[in-house]
Amino acid sequence: MMAIARIHIPRRVLVFTISLVAIVVILYLLGYAGISTKEVARGALFVMTPLALAAVGECINEKAGLVNIGLEGIFLLTAIFGVYGAVRLGSGVAGLLAGSLVGAIIGFIFGIMSVYGRANQVVAGMGINVFGEGMLLFLMMTIWHATSYEVRSEFMISQISTPLGLLSPIIFVAIAIAIVLHVILHRTFLGIKIRAAGEKPEAVDVAGKRVDRIRMFTCILGGALAGLGGAFFSLGWLGTVVKDISAGRGFIALACVVFAGLEPLLALTAAFIFGFAESLAFTVMSTPAAHSFPFLAYFLRMAPYIVPLVVVAIFIGRRAFPKASGRPYIRE
Amino acid sequence: MVLHYNPIDGYVSMLKGFGLFIKQRTFGAGELAFALAFAAPYMLTALTFAVGMRAGLFNIGAEGQIYIGGAAAAWIAGHFALPAGFHVFAVTIIAMLAGALWALIPALLKIRRGVHEVISAIMLNWIAYHLVMYLAIYHLSGKYAHITAEALATARYPVLSGTLTAVIFIAIAVCIAVYIFLWRLYPGYELRLVGDNPDAARYAGISISRAILLSFIIGGLAAGLAGASLAIRPPNWGFNATLADFAGYGFVGIGVALVGRNHPIGIIPAAIFFGGLANSARYLESDLGVSSELVGGIQGIIIIAMALPLLVLLLARLRRKAK
Repeated sequence: MMAIARIHIPRRVLVFTISLVAIVVILYLLGYAGISTKEVARGALFVMTPLALAAVGECINEKAGLVNIGLEGIFLLTAIFGVYGAVRLGSGVAGLLAGSLVGAIIGFIFGIMSVYGRANQVVAGMGINVFGEGMLLFLMMTIWHATSYEVRSEFMISQISTPLGLLSPIIFVAIAIAIVLHVILHRTFLGIKIRAAGEKPEAVDVAGKRVDRIRMFTCILGGALAGLGGAFFSLGWLGTVVKDISAGRGFIALACVVFAGLEPLLALTAAFIFGFAESLAFTVMSTPAAHSFPFLAYFLRMAPYIVPLVVVAIFIGRRAFPKASGRPYIRE
Repeated sequence: MVLHYNPIDGYVSMLKGFGLFIKQRTFGAGELAFALAFAAPYMLTALTFAVGMRAGLFNIGAEGQIYIGGAAAAWIAGHFALPAGFHVFAVTIIAMLAGALWALIPALLKIRRGVHEVISAIMLNWIAYHLVMYLAIYHLSGKYAHITAEALATARYPVLSGTLTAVIFIAIAVCIAVYIFLWRLYPGYELRLVGDNPDAARYAGISISRAILLSFIIGGLAAGLAGASLAIRPPNWGFNATLADFAGYGFVGIGVALVGRNHPIGIIPAAIFFGGLANSARYLESDLGVSSELVGGIQGIIIIAMALPLLVLLLARLRRKAK
């Protein structure tokens, strides 16, 4: 009996497991309700991808002690720069890389400001969001003279066929990145350095490692991943650039980070759970039954925001974040 | 991609927005009125953010509270016949209360569950966006399906010039009232202490929850009023169901508050500055062919710049030297 009692399963892992089981049960029941199970699951994976990319990057970033709430702004800017890069360079993959590069540059600027300029990180992040929203519209008007732009199919990332239907390869890239970064964070020396930079930067300094360089690295990495997610919106998923293309998903990614307690693998799962909620709402919206009640659509569109809010409110549990999170490190 | 415009022309266009560059007789006071029409809601949303910052909170929920306040204002103004004088008063108060009610949700989530206000506020902004769109189309529409019912004559704010209504005076009065509250009254002192030094506040026996609640409620009242000012104004005296009349005001308020150093009085000139900037967007487009959305980007850069304490310190040092 004692041996069993000693096996400790963290509450958070338990919550995630229960949620995933619930999703499987719901998917199974949907089959009886005449809603395509495959379609819901496929949609969930698409919604998950940008959320997961940005959230995993932000997990690493916050572990190292920086809080960048400018993910929404990075999404918006890289959604357009991804398409611009793809059109200019003539390939969708190049567009994705251009998107990550722009994201990395924004991360770099944020890093310089936060690490060396001791900026208020929340204000700087919000500035990135406002900047992104304004610049997206400005760039669209300047480049295409229109408020929406259809990406030509030759520049889209080609999808691969799977048992679930056509899926973007970027979905698998996102899952792989989450797993690799989880392993790096918990199983390598680099991961120890990153975690220490957030928990006790003085100790890292005393050990002869540079706190500023670790934080710059995580910042650029986080920006690049969010940038890949932003470019995925336009090049891998929606096939268009419009105002508010990411529709607050940069903040839903932040909710994933909080829900996951800064663990990359849990952030991936959180992104899938939120993606499932959104996909389910949209699938219900397109059923014939929902068409006869058009006002329902307005309430179903709230689902992607209500679910993260409720989930975070129920499960946050006042977990301790890295001690030096959000604070600049000043050498004595 | 290269932006080959003459920068001098750009500055001239911006000055026109403030009513300062008088080349043709149409400019001048009329332009300043347009700038002030932008400034009134900016002042109020900036107040939302500033009161939050004073209590150590990052309240970016003004956007959603504007939607809710605006919807409440349009409802009372267009669907109830009330005596003149009392009607406009009722519209204003109900809009403010609606904004405060919406602000209570992130406040309670923060106090009871420790949910970070940035996440809850943004989620609630989007929920409010879809909710108010639904209300505008299904419950508030009047003569036109896509515009809410015109405010009755008894519910309209007096027009000063163009789109500028007497709300600007209420906005300035609210700024002054919040200043008095924060610096002259005890609950305001408690609120600031919680923001400056939560540990000291806790030792002094100050209820941190109450300060958070108070800061959210004041912010909600201000944002609700901003919603009323945007919903009840010429030429439509109602708001469009796309919510284009409201969009962006909440976020610009962040920049206004930061430039005004989160001080209720400092916000007033900062809001007029941002109002001029927003108004100059029209001239950027007509004079130079630069898309007016550039102004949104500029506002973002201002916010990013305000994040740097070194910059702020530098400005303070310059001012001290000047003395």
